[in-house]
Amino acid sequence: MRTALANISHLQSLPLALTLLVFLVFPIAVIVTVSFWGYDSYQLLPAFIFDNYQYLLSSSVTWQAYLNTFKYAVITWAITFVLGFTVAYYLAFHIRSTRMQTLLFLLCTIPFFTSNIIRMISWIPLLGRNGLVNSSLQSVGLIDQPLEFLLYSDFSIVLAYVHLYTLFMVVPIFNTMMRIDRRLIEAARDAGAHTWQILLLVIVPLCKSGILIGSIFVLTMVMGDFVTVRIMGGGLRASVGVLIHNEISLLQYPAAAAGAVVLLATVLLMLVAMFRLVDIRKEL
Amino acid sequence: MKEHDDSTPEQNTAITAPVAEKGLSRRSLIKGLGAASAVAVGSGAITGFPMIWAQNIKNVTLRQFGTGVSNLNDIARKAKEDLGITLQLTALDSDAVAQRAVTQPKSYDIADIEYWIGKKVFPSGVMQAMDTTRLKNFDKISPLFINGKLTADSTIAQGTAPHTVGFVESADSVKFASEPTRWMTLVPTIYNADTLGIRPDLVGRPITNWRDIMDPAFKGKTSILNIPSIGIMDAAMICESMGEVSYGDKGNMTKEEIDKTIAILMQAKKDGQFRAFWKSFDESVNLMASGEVVIQSMWSPAVAAVRSRGVECRYQPLEEGYRAWGGGIGLAKHLSGLELDAAYEYIDWYLSGWVGAYLNRQGYYSAAPETSRQFMSEDEWGYWMEGKAAQGDILSPQGEVMEKAGAVRDGGSYEQRMGSVACWNSVMDENRHMIRKWNEFIVS
Repeated sequence: MRTALANISHLQSLPLALTLLVFLVFPIAVIVTVSFWGYDSYQLLPAFIFDNYQYLLSSSVTWQAYLNTFKYAVITWAITFVLGFTVAYYLAFHIRSTRMQTLLFLLCTIPFFTSNIIRMISWIPLLGRNGLVNSSLQSVGLIDQPLEFLLYSDFSIVLAYVHLYTLFMVVPIFNTMMRIDRRLIEAARDAGAHTWQILLLVIVPLCKSGILIGSIFVLTMVMGDFVTVRIMGGGLRASVGVLIHNEISLLQYPAAAAGAVVLLATVLLMLVAMFRLVDIRKEL
Repeated sequence: MKEHDDSTPEQNTAITAPVAEKGLSRRSLIKGLGAASAVAVGSGAITGFPMIWAQNIKNVTLRQFGTGVSNLNDIARKAKEDLGITLQLTALDSDAVAQRAVTQPKSYDIADIEYWIGKKVFPSGVMQAMDTTRLKNFDKISPLFINGKLTADSTIAQGTAPHTVGFVESADSVKFASEPTRWMTLVPTIYNADTLGIRPDLVGRPITNWRDIMDPAFKGKTSILNIPSIGIMDAAMICESMGEVSYGDKGNMTKEEIDKTIAILMQAKKDGQFRAFWKSFDESVNLMASGEVVIQSMWSPAVAAVRSRGVECRYQPLEEGYRAWGGGIGLAKHLSGLELDAAYEYIDWYLSGWVGAYLNRQGYYSAAPETSRQFMSEDEWGYWMEGKAAQGDILSPQGEVMEKAGAVRDGGSYEQRMGSVACWNSVMDENRHMIRKWNEFIVS
């Protein structure tokens, strides 16, 4: 009987296992294989060489790109976390009616009705040298010269990331906040805790899993992104994704594959470290 | 989905419209129509202009992909009208084109690629050479694409000059022939000479050389294009003009030349000379029209697009000459039978003048200038091709006014512009090294 049941549950997990096998494991295996291949200007040469990795790991370009990418990831994470947490907190604890909560939550998702490329590009006329921001600041008399750093800079890149990804912080944090037993907060207050103490000692610890999930979303998306950096950085900045994309577009698949494998390993290590901090199974 | 995917090769030769109807026996139909279609094919060869195009290719669908410049819906519409064939167009950027041409050879029937891309793609065996004897308009093609010389005394430019990769030794060869043969790799469709675009209202001084883009006066107001294989050439034109680097062949630099060029670019970037690097046509238009940059590498229609917004913009001819590019259409290896016939018919039609006139009106040049003249007015021909002042308004193919009477084309006539090409777009032997250095430049 037990073995029959076990068989049935194996059977039930089969569709997911197959899907993951075909769409996740197999492609990654191919990428790993190709990363050891050689190439010339128009074809791949099956081989088992370490040239791609050797260049990748020894080149200052890679290190600089990783440094840039981490910089974007950390700054974006910090800002989206503060914003996301605040928005979620407001929605969960200050809005009393469920209907209003749902309504405001939907409001947050409205920008996502358009593609992220369009949301990104729409910043450009706003931030340019003769853009809306500069021209209004100038006409108000706050500045004489247009602010050049607004566009095609680290600033514009991070701005776009924050715009694009804050919601991914809001949703999971809001979700965990809604599960917090309100009696715990009452108890804390009865025990004489401050609003700040409640926030830091009760709410934040109980939101850990939401914060972790949101952080995973934001960090992995920033680490893997190349479009935002290219468009908002005006091609002047580069992240790891941009380098990989450049190599792909020039048919240098093995080099790109090696880059992708290293990036994947980096992101996985980051995830391992994050899961060490929070036991997500226990918290959920 | 193509009309006749399910048919065998020998059936392909004569499938016509009714086949799609249910209940008709395909085979019996073919027998009857075989003769008729043979006549139709033959008649095209005898008549002059206007041509009667073959009738049996009516319902063929050809999938063409290429860069946005020549993948124009108007051309597809006209092809449908004249030939009956359906062209499915896919437009990509030039890197993506190269990639798709090699990696997905079954996904297209006709590749519309630049010559330097062809140099990469053709040797990989995904395309087939064209029999020039099947092209009635072959002898109308500009000599630039046959022997590299626009006029008898012009010098052959550096880089991947189209004629060097325009022919292969035999029908099945993937080795480029050193001189014209019967087997052509790409039939030229469109080409032009590129230079720097400027905002005459904002630069405040005459621009005469490529090095002017590095003038500290334009700090933070310049841009070059971030397509490595093309950007490096513009960079080389600039460095050569500055007198910083001298090149054996700008289209095929040595490692040392690449390193020096990139070092100069990196220094300029560090000094804040560049506002941005652009990768697509509209990015370059926006940079210029919004005043973010006042001098940058640019493409001719982008200049026209800036002007059409009422913003002054000039495609400045420079002392050192132009960086030229050219594209052509070639046949996918898998084409055969009726589709192949249709493709030949289409390519011949492409050369027959209507398309050429259309492209000329956009500021490009057509492969067979002679045939396109019949489709242009005397004034249009004078403005676009002869460098004469326009008599009346010059209209775009869509009918918008591009230039008012009295305007003269930047750079002058066809011979003046295409005659002073310094270098063709190319792919270098040290390509891998170049890309690595380019990445270094972008990251820096």
